[in-house]
Amino acid sequence: MTGPYPRDRCYASVLAIVLICLVGQGLGARGVGAQALFGPSLPVPWSEGTNNTSSTASRRFTATSAWLSSNASTGQERTLPNLSPQRGWPSPVNDQENRLYTLIDVLEYRPSTGGGQSPSDYRWDVEGWYGGDYNRVWFKSEGQRNTAFKADYDVDFQLLYGRFIQKYYDFQIGPRVETQTFRGRNVTRGLGVIGIEGLVPYNYEFESALFIDQNGAVSARLSLTKDMLLTQRLIFQARFETNAAIQRVEEFTTGSGLNNLEFGARLRYEIRREFAPYVGVSLDRSFGETATLVRREGGDPSQVRFVVGVRAWF
Amino acid sequence: MPPKRIVQNETDLISRRLLLKRTGALGLLAAVEHLIPACAWTEATSHVGSQTPLSGDAIDLTISEQLFRVDDRTGTAITINGTIPGPVIRLKEGQQATLRVTNRLTEPTSIHWHGLLLPPEMDGVPGVSFGGIPPGTTFTYRFPVKQSGTYWFHSHSGGQELLGVYAPMILDPIEPEPFQYHREYVVVLSDWSFESPDILLSNLKKQGGYYNFQKRTAREFFVDIARSGLWPTLANYLSWDRMRMDPTDFADVTGYTFTYLMNGLSPTGNWTGLFRPGERVRLRIIASVNMTFYDVRIPGLKMTVVQADGQNVQPVVVDEFRIGPAETYDVIVEPVEDRAYTIFAETIDRSGYARGTLATRPGMSAEIPAHRPRPLRTMEDMGMKMEGMEMKGMDMGGMKKNAHGGGMRMPGMDPSGDMPSMKPPDDDQSTQNMEHRQHGPEMQNRPGMQHMPGLEMGDQRRSKIPGAEPVKHSPDDHGSGNQTVAEYSQNRMGEPGRGLEDSPRRVLLYTDLKSLEPYPDQREPERAIEIHLTGHMERYMWSFDGKKYWEAKEPIHFRYGERVRFTFVNDTMMEHPLHLHGMWMHLENGAGEYLPRKHTVIVKPAERVSVAITADAPGRWAFHCHLLLHMEAGMFRVVEVSENDRTISS
Repeated sequence: MTGPYPRDRCYASVLAIVLICLVGQGLGARGVGAQALFGPSLPVPWSEGTNNTSSTASRRFTATSAWLSSNASTGQERTLPNLSPQRGWPSPVNDQENRLYTLIDVLEYRPSTGGGQSPSDYRWDVEGWYGGDYNRVWFKSEGQRNTAFKADYDVDFQLLYGRFIQKYYDFQIGPRVETQTFRGRNVTRGLGVIGIEGLVPYNYEFESALFIDQNGAVSARLSLTKDMLLTQRLIFQARFETNAAIQRVEEFTTGSGLNNLEFGARLRYEIRREFAPYVGVSLDRSFGETATLVRREGGDPSQVRFVVGVRAWF
Repeated sequence: MPPKRIVQNETDLISRRLLLKRTGALGLLAAVEHLIPACAWTEATSHVGSQTPLSGDAIDLTISEQLFRVDDRTGTAITINGTIPGPVIRLKEGQQATLRVTNRLTEPTSIHWHGLLLPPEMDGVPGVSFGGIPPGTTFTYRFPVKQSGTYWFHSHSGGQELLGVYAPMILDPIEPEPFQYHREYVVVLSDWSFESPDILLSNLKKQGGYYNFQKRTAREFFVDIARSGLWPTLANYLSWDRMRMDPTDFADVTGYTFTYLMNGLSPTGNWTGLFRPGERVRLRIIASVNMTFYDVRIPGLKMTVVQADGQNVQPVVVDEFRIGPAETYDVIVEPVEDRAYTIFAETIDRSGYARGTLATRPGMSAEIPAHRPRPLRTMEDMGMKMEGMEMKGMDMGGMKKNAHGGGMRMPGMDPSGDMPSMKPPDDDQSTQNMEHRQHGPEMQNRPGMQHMPGLEMGDQRRSKIPGAEPVKHSPDDHGSGNQTVAEYSQNRMGEPGRGLEDSPRRVLLYTDLKSLEPYPDQREPERAIEIHLTGHMERYMWSFDGKKYWEAKEPIHFRYGERVRFTFVNDTMMEHPLHLHGMWMHLENGAGEYLPRKHTVIVKPAERVSVAITADAPGRWAFHCHLLLHMEAGMFRVVEVSENDRTISS
């Protein structure tokens, strides 16, 4: 089996070749002979330095030298291929391309239900990445109004570095900014994020993150979604999300312990793979201290909302 | 009816050249008739001229952008001499070929002569054999034609092949061919999308199942429950879900975006080849396909396979064969009725088909066969240990019997992989075999025979098929870029392939392929190299040994002159057509001295396939999966054939 050459050995080889080149300038009889064999039309990289002493150099380069010296010693007039790729040659395949992906998983309108105590509002959940197969820069943004979990407006944005690990997951790390609005007053905080996102067995999309805010308060989020195909284009998505915190951060309506649980059911129709309108229902309930805080801020800790929106990616 | 015996006498038949001219003209008539209503692009009509070959000492080819019309839609294609497929090039074995390729694009291009043995700098792979053909320049390929048969050529630059840069190539032998026919047609199968290659790849990178509209749905779930019961169905669905795999994953790119073409015409365009009843028609079927496996049949006709990848094989009569990207099969059919026959090439995932017609008059068409249900992957395709699968390979039984096994160097080889013997102890059948060989020439004149006692499997000296017993995978070291490993891999050349396993038809198997003559190098491979086919459907990553090309740029090394066994282990759940440039791969399919040689070998899911290679072509050669997007995603290596410094001193 051919394994990748150890990098340090490659460096050593290059060094060796450079040295040989220097020496070869002086006693390069064979080198010149080899070049003559190829003729001027076939440029031979390394040919100046190739002679018998280069046998310790790496395989790619010795291959050429082996050919050359074999010819020099046997005097055969074989036309020998130049084995080294030349400068300026393109890669035979483009397997390192970076791409940009943006998924608007949730972009929905939530009409008011009942007698006006929960006005119509909206919500989004967008994420995406730029990068290759292994390393990606992730961006995520969530925003909503009037949730059972957080009163009034709540918007957050994350910019993460992601590394592909364990076949199915991206390990993510980076900063997050969260802004909430209470009766016209904005509060903003910065947080650090460490997360894992990927596909768990049984085909659930899994997203988890641990947040530490600027004051050291620790919270966490976990979400799971699962697609079920009713037909090739009519797809039922079940969604579960929960938040929890260690410390109580009153300013951000976060109590200690379990904050909330949310269950969503959305039925989308993929007009194209990239564009699917949906309807659905979302059940959101906050618990314990969080529920108390939400109530105090004038919110409703238990909500059932009908939603209509689009899921799209590009 | 008994096969008609054709006397091998020139006067008995019209000269083949003359016939070619005539059939070319007839084919032109037939196809133009179908083309004109659908096609306003006048250039497109000339593609039918692909049956009229270009030959001679020097041939000019021009690569340029053209509008290409498929049914009612027009897209931008890249063509060779203005047509899709490009013109047939017809050369004679022994001649010196000079092919001047002019690039009229705004990007570099290249032409690779697929399956041809030539100097490495003429092989046409940018970055491996040369730097490509820059825009506005002409590159002259010069090489001696050292072989004969049906081949093709195509661009090896980015996605240009998907855009139409492919064409057939026929190399006529010096010696008369061992079979006779009255007329011949080139049948180029391909796939066309109006989406650009980059969009195709990008869509797949973002959503692996983007083009699959045959996934399992709720309805199928309930149908399966009704058929198999609740618990078995649930267990089956859950096990696939648990593995995060999709059993309906047969084609990455499907009929959702592809129009499947035969000689550049859509199924509606219906390419037509004419014949007179009773004639023997040779079809040179070339899969100039980018992303599609086809199952080819002609309802109502038996096909006699006489060549595979341009190499003569002992004739096999089949109803259907699977052809993977880049493979070629030459078949002879004998339509006796005055009627039309459909040449039907259904895709492996059954999401579409290419279709053409053999007819006695222009304008005829025959029934299009019913759509077959799409197949499903099984646990066997995942390399799971199957019930009743005896792990005999584990006891090294094959090794003990093999006298040659011990002396071999097997770097990187799983110790449980048995080394087959090409020369088993003589048995009582060897005498018969000698007789068969002596009678070879006589049989060569009777390709249409249904029954050839001399060609029964048992009559030839069989060799052991490497990987005939399941081999356990060592711990998965292929990294995150590989989704699963085949826990047990095993040779599956005796299987027709998923989707054809229950076929009532006689389907061509790789084990049916036996070279007509034994090739000279009958050495037992002195060394074995094992490479694993790896990939990840969720991220659309494809690689060898878990490493994409850029992650493993060190070439695979063959020592000049050695006979080496190259073993492919498919850890993925898809079929991959592997293509080695510059040298033949002798398919170790048990045919003893008659191993067929191929330039492209299909490896089934969880399969272990070995080929023997005589490393007689010094240079750097491409080795890759011929599914174009797999190659672009990184399933590519360079094979370097050179004398190393140890052998040189001797």
